[in-house]
Amino acid sequence: MGNKEAAVVVQCYHCGENCVDKPIHAHEKEFCCEGCKMVYEILNQNGLCDYYSISKNPGINQRIKIRENKFAFLDDESIQRSLTVFKDDHQTHISFYLPQMHCSSCLWLLENLHQLNEHIISSKVNFTRKEADIVFNHRSISMRQVAELLTAIGYEPYISLSDAKKAKPRINKSKIYKLGIAGFCFANIMLLSFPEYLGIDAKEQSLLNTFRYLSVLLSLPVFFYSSSELYMSAWKSLKHGFLSIDAPIVLAVVVTFGRSLYEVLSGTGSGYFDSMTGIVFFMLIGRVLQDKTYEQLSFERDYTSYFPIAVTRVKDEKEETVALPDIQLNDTLLIHNQELIPADGILTRGKAVVDYSFVTGESLPVEKEMGEIIYAGGKQIGSNIEMLVVKEVAQSYLTKLWNRDEFKRNSIDSERSFVHLLSKYFTWIVLFLSISSAAYWYFNDVSRMWVAATSVLIIACPCALLLSNTFTNGNILRILGRKHLYLRNAQTIEDIAGIDYIVFDKTGTLTTGRYNEIGYDGKPLSKEAKRKIAALASQSTHPMSKAIVSWTNENSRLKVSAFEEYAGKGIEGIVEGQLITLGSKSYVTGVHAERDIESAVYIAAGGSLLGKFTFRNHYRNNVPLMIKRLRKNYEMAVLSGDNAGEKDYLQELLGFDANILFHQKPEDKLEAIKHLQQMGKKVMMVGDGLNDAGALRQANVGIAVTENSNNFTPASDAILEANELPRLYKFIQLCKDNKKVVIAAFTVSILYNIVGNYYAVQGLLSPMYAAILMPTSSISILLITFGFSNFSAWRMKLK
Amino acid sequence: MSVIILLLIASITVACLFLAAFIWSVKNGQYEDEESPPLRMLFDDTPLTPKEK
Repeated sequence: MGNKEAAVVVQCYHCGENCVDKPIHAHEKEFCCEGCKMVYEILNQNGLCDYYSISKNPGINQRIKIRENKFAFLDDESIQRSLTVFKDDHQTHISFYLPQMHCSSCLWLLENLHQLNEHIISSKVNFTRKEADIVFNHRSISMRQVAELLTAIGYEPYISLSDAKKAKPRINKSKIYKLGIAGFCFANIMLLSFPEYLGIDAKEQSLLNTFRYLSVLLSLPVFFYSSSELYMSAWKSLKHGFLSIDAPIVLAVVVTFGRSLYEVLSGTGSGYFDSMTGIVFFMLIGRVLQDKTYEQLSFERDYTSYFPIAVTRVKDEKEETVALPDIQLNDTLLIHNQELIPADGILTRGKAVVDYSFVTGESLPVEKEMGEIIYAGGKQIGSNIEMLVVKEVAQSYLTKLWNRDEFKRNSIDSERSFVHLLSKYFTWIVLFLSISSAAYWYFNDVSRMWVAATSVLIIACPCALLLSNTFTNGNILRILGRKHLYLRNAQTIEDIAGIDYIVFDKTGTLTTGRYNEIGYDGKPLSKEAKRKIAALASQSTHPMSKAIVSWTNENSRLKVSAFEEYAGKGIEGIVEGQLITLGSKSYVTGVHAERDIESAVYIAAGGSLLGKFTFRNHYRNNVPLMIKRLRKNYEMAVLSGDNAGEKDYLQELLGFDANILFHQKPEDKLEAIKHLQQMGKKVMMVGDGLNDAGALRQANVGIAVTENSNNFTPASDAILEANELPRLYKFIQLCKDNKKVVIAAFTVSILYNIVGNYYAVQGLLSPMYAAILMPTSSISILLITFGFSNFSAWRMKLK
Repeated sequence: MSVIILLLIASITVACLFLAAFIWSVKNGQYEDEESPPLRMLFDDTPLTPKEK
């Protein structure tokens, strides 16, 4: 019973994480680290402790300290200017991207910044974009101080090179305006048409005419402004020499408008303005829904949003901040812990441990000695290093990779859709019907010829097909978005449904990129031996050594003498009179190994081999289960830039016919995808890093996996949050159902068309029938699409 | 009959007002962030003193 109390885990009052070490007691609260305590104190002093009462433990863990002069570059005038949104004599407006923002407490605190510093005039948060627009008095507080204040309370601004380029794309609102106007005109015309439907006294002819002319007036903005959306897309595809689904709709709109105008002007009828505006209105709703793209996400990011905006340059023994594009050849750069290496260069001071997992897919950091070349894109771990730039940023390996032509894809998305194929037949059938009914009436009753021909076009416009398509797509996009799979556009749904081959990247996609599963093979280790190993390993800062220390679970204070570290090989030292060696196979055993086949550290004591530690990647939760499910329906492959240590496990997981390749360069991945496509496969690529960028673009569908959708991801068709990856097979299934729903809705609309055309070819279509038929068909199609797509999502527990 | 014309003018005027309000709200950026405004209105204007005991 006594143990129970000790087992209670203390939660940090600030960040809510479990206090691993001894919690810090202060102000009658527990904190996991000094950083968290400090944030609490800042807030407490300023009377901002409501922060803690809005959400529970809202803080951001502060265990990792942020370098003191990290934001020194914000003192640079040109960088300031490039980030400022607006500036006058008294105030500066700036927009910071704060990726840590996550709850209502964050929102509250960030909007109360003026309580923390009186020189901050106001701050307004855009939660969707995770941005804060801050207005401050630049005479009393500098931009750097604002950034540091934010950092001090746990919201470190993320400033990348792409921020400096400015001009964020404005959200296109014109479609919304068009929709609003179409809705307004549609509703009013409908109202004005009621007397027409219900019959009006012949005596009131002048009133009737007023109504009719008002309808004409109201239909003008719809015809000339709102429908321009349709005209443009129809014209665009016609220019490419293909008949898109918009073409027959435009034809129908124009014919309806022309005939209605003629009827009103000649006083022979009231026209079909209500139906016409209705079609345009519903069509635009569908479009707006379908085009509800995720503005805050960018699917076309390039390397600039991955690179920092400025780096530290050492010149004449002095450190200075310099904007990234201004780096020149032979500059000496100072790279701090956790900073990105911005250009290719030679290491001139310090020892580099570079994490290339995002660039090459290698899960283990690479050690580099002085004089060795380090490539741009890696992240330095550990101490500060200095490097000499040998290639400018624009010439570096990474940037060149990015700018390769193969990596750019251009194809007209819309031509691929099966809906366009359907609509093509549909269009020809409608035209045929229209002409043949005209021909029939020409010989039988010329007066009805025009009426019949135009009626067919009016009633049979394939709006139902388009409606069912756009509405289903829009709904599916929203369902997937809620589950954190963000698609670039509606066409991607169809592409996903059509794939038959899935290629995964390993590091960062299937695995978390951290190698925290460690195993030991060899002679059993005594407690004594473990302590010795721990003592030796704790001398090194290498991540593998650190992992070994935590594996031994020993906190030894044994003295290590004659400690030597050989970069890229291993370490050795004498612990309690015994020589212990830890390192690579060739270093410890003397047997030369061609290539790393696994991530292993060998261990020898007193010259005799004890065994080896093997490092296994940590697979994301439920990923093995997902792969087993996908295996039933898809061929799969893994392309990894890492060593082959995981081959056996992956082979077992994916099946023995699966293609699993290691040591893959970005070009190799691209070629592999191309090769598969030449064999007629429709390939989906799931990857995360820059080394997948080419493959993601080449594949029929490229899905970028990311821990945080607002982070940098390579250009892709879709962005998936990593912890939703196990749901991939459900997502694919839902995309397949999408097609079924569209076809079901289309079938229903065909039935309506048959009924409508029955009257139309006889020239009997009255405005009243049209006015009833059009909205009912539209609304029933809406019900079908929403109902079915939500049902299939619900069945898969995606709702 | 003239009553109907009058009603017509009135109704279309009201509808136009709503249309203008809609366009203004879109232009004003009210649909750009749908998450923070509903939360923002729940906060007190001036934060209270710490609720610690």
